[in-house]
Amino acid sequence: MNEFLWLPFLVSLLAAGVRLATPLLFAALGGITNELSGVLNIGLEGMMIGGTFGAYIGALLSGSEWGGALGGMLAGGLLGLLFAYLSITWRADQVVLGTGLNLFALGLTSFFFRSMYKAGISQFVPSFDVWNVPLLSDIPLIGQIFFRQVPLVYLAYLLIPLFSFLLYKTTWGLKLRCCGEHPRAAETVGVNVTRMRYLALILSGMLAGLGGTFLSLGQISAFTEGLVSGRGFIALAAIIFGRWKPLNVAFACLLFGVADALQLRLQGFGLPIRYEFLLMFPYLLTLVTFVVFVNRGDSPAALGKPYPEK
Amino acid sequence: MPAPLLEMRQIVKTFGPLRANDRVDFEVQTGEIHALLGENGAGKTTLMNILYGLYQPDAGEIYWKGEKITLHSPRDAIRYRIGMIHQHLMLVPNFTVLENILVGLPSPREPFLPINETLARLEDFAAQYGLPIDPTVKVKQLPLGLQQRVEILKALFRGADLLILDEPTAVLSPLEVEEFFAVLKNLVGKGVSIIFISHKLDEVLRISDRITVLRQGRRIGTIETRHATQQILAEMMVGRAVALDYSFPKGGATQPILELKGISLIRPKVGRVLKDLNLTLHSGEILGIAGIDGNGQEELADVVCGLIPYTEGEMLLEGRPIRNPTPQKMKDCGLGYVPADRQSVGLVKNFSVAHNLVLKSLDDPPYNTYGFLREKVVRLNAQQVLREFDIRAADLLQPVGELSGGNQQKVILGRELQLAKRLLVAVHPTRGLDVGATESVHRFLYSQKEKGIGLLLISADLDELLALSDRIAVLFRGEILGVVPGETDSLPAISRMMLGERLEAIV
Repeated sequence: MNEFLWLPFLVSLLAAGVRLATPLLFAALGGITNELSGVLNIGLEGMMIGGTFGAYIGALLSGSEWGGALGGMLAGGLLGLLFAYLSITWRADQVVLGTGLNLFALGLTSFFFRSMYKAGISQFVPSFDVWNVPLLSDIPLIGQIFFRQVPLVYLAYLLIPLFSFLLYKTTWGLKLRCCGEHPRAAETVGVNVTRMRYLALILSGMLAGLGGTFLSLGQISAFTEGLVSGRGFIALAAIIFGRWKPLNVAFACLLFGVADALQLRLQGFGLPIRYEFLLMFPYLLTLVTFVVFVNRGDSPAALGKPYPEK
Repeated sequence: MPAPLLEMRQIVKTFGPLRANDRVDFEVQTGEIHALLGENGAGKTTLMNILYGLYQPDAGEIYWKGEKITLHSPRDAIRYRIGMIHQHLMLVPNFTVLENILVGLPSPREPFLPINETLARLEDFAAQYGLPIDPTVKVKQLPLGLQQRVEILKALFRGADLLILDEPTAVLSPLEVEEFFAVLKNLVGKGVSIIFISHKLDEVLRISDRITVLRQGRRIGTIETRHATQQILAEMMVGRAVALDYSFPKGGATQPILELKGISLIRPKVGRVLKDLNLTLHSGEILGIAGIDGNGQEELADVVCGLIPYTEGEMLLEGRPIRNPTPQKMKDCGLGYVPADRQSVGLVKNFSVAHNLVLKSLDDPPYNTYGFLREKVVRLNAQQVLREFDIRAADLLQPVGELSGGNQQKVILGRELQLAKRLLVAVHPTRGLDVGATESVHRFLYSQKEKGIGLLLISADLDELLALSDRIAVLFRGEILGVVPGETDSLPAISRMMLGERLEAIV
């Protein structure tokens, strides 16, 4: 064990952690937005799934990975709009609806995919390449971990302060949070609660779609079923863990990302544990987060309640 | 006479079969405090929600500063400089005072929040209107009086030529009411006109310039306050000589049935809500509990019914102490309970009338055999109760939530009077009911006394207490300040005790 090189191991672990945290972070930022507006979006998973497929189609049609990103956001955004229509206009139960949306997205993408490719194997499409940030990537350790990634990761870095600002420092953010805390109060000061929540859900869907894009075009250059496999739920856990604050949620995502990276590496160590147990690790962490943090009581007061009340 | 600031003409608003506003005319002159008076359910709040754009009227016109306007949403009302303080305050408890004031305000530096400007303006306002407040504290940490101040500031910040106040004093202590009235006078001095919604005659007489009375959705009339008396207003409100022109025979109390000895209740964060209560209730007696809402009445009821364990003291039933009372134990002791909130505590709104009637006896014979509910017996019971209590329901299986308030209350009475073998606790039993329903509830309550049951009657309605009670105890901040006979002569003493004077100090 003496010749085991700890430092390179740690650097590659953290770099992989950052990479694996990125799709979680996109979805989580979206989830924060809709939750602060008062809508509980269990459908984050389904919106990510929509994103993986939309991105694939976008890249296929446009011949560009950025066209793919657009496709991913479009697919997620449409699912967000559907969620908004059913939960706000038709007042569907948000938990049931979210679960339904996840199944819907899973089935729909599989259906399209299989009717396109009888063999069930997709073509390769243009995907995001690693782009080293000039100067920053040369910083020892830090550069290797954070700045030798694909461009979507850098976009995620930028979105963290942007959303902190947007949600907590702007007039729009204050109105949005008021909708999630006390929608009637928001209405009495002239805020259109319905419009606010629609907007939040569409935005959330687009971000989750971007998270899906990362999975199909940032890690592999193709589409397969089951790419998301629960990451939408992990993002939900990260939101709760991070108490709806973008920076804290980003750290929570990083934690989950590193946990995922760690289990992948442990699989290669030939430990006397079956790899299935290692696979469980990030999900176990998610479960623990839900149990420990979900009832802390500082969630938006009107979360999950349709408005007007009746 | 100049054109009125506001004129509402022939406003009609219906909710299903209910005509909440029936061709109501209402006007406000610049610089006046105009009281809108009426019993619960008279249509005051509906009319004001129309004026604030929260409801759309079915018919009628609104003129503002001489111009006809249509209000689609509160945004329109705010634009016309109409502000409203709702009965249930529209504040976010988790936001700071500053955030609550800022939300929805346009910013001179979009998208940034105008924090510094607002802090400065807030200081100006505080000085100008006499409304000091700490903007950095979270609203949930403020007492209700200060929360209301935040609401007023919120409305003033949006610019208000007319301020609608919906039952603003309901949540205030007498001292806070004084302060609040001073603020109102000050606001009028600065050119703000005010609509003051209330059902309290004395307050309306003190603060307003003119009074418009609504009854059952109709405007009964408008009078100048200097020509008004309690008597005139009461007549206009309820449509007959006085609120209650009947009284029941008193006396007939026998041996003590329930004794409270030194009962105290301490609630975390709130403190002592009941202080060293000593009360004796006799069989065949109606003991009234008076007091301004929120002085411990509901806690007292919950303690007696075993819903909240008391912190100190002892409760005796027929001389024997009851250890660790629970609702089940108290029910088995023969206690019936008519709770203050019939909608959410007393009834399961989606359950049928028949099932609500046996809600507390689901485990008991004859409704239950070997764990099975005997629907036939449940319905037989319901048939009988419906007849006995004259409950108007379409059928036994109609959801209780669809009944009128009076019939809902009779369903509760029908259930609880069966259980009340020795004791009955009734809290605000006629709140929100119309005159007819009120009378029949009173008759049912009184019939319990005749059966020799001890009745604890908690009410904010002094007429009701005087009509029924043998004795009346007054609660003030969780303390009993005195017990007086239930007769009209006691009224001055009761009023003074409600404001915090002890009986010994008065007599």
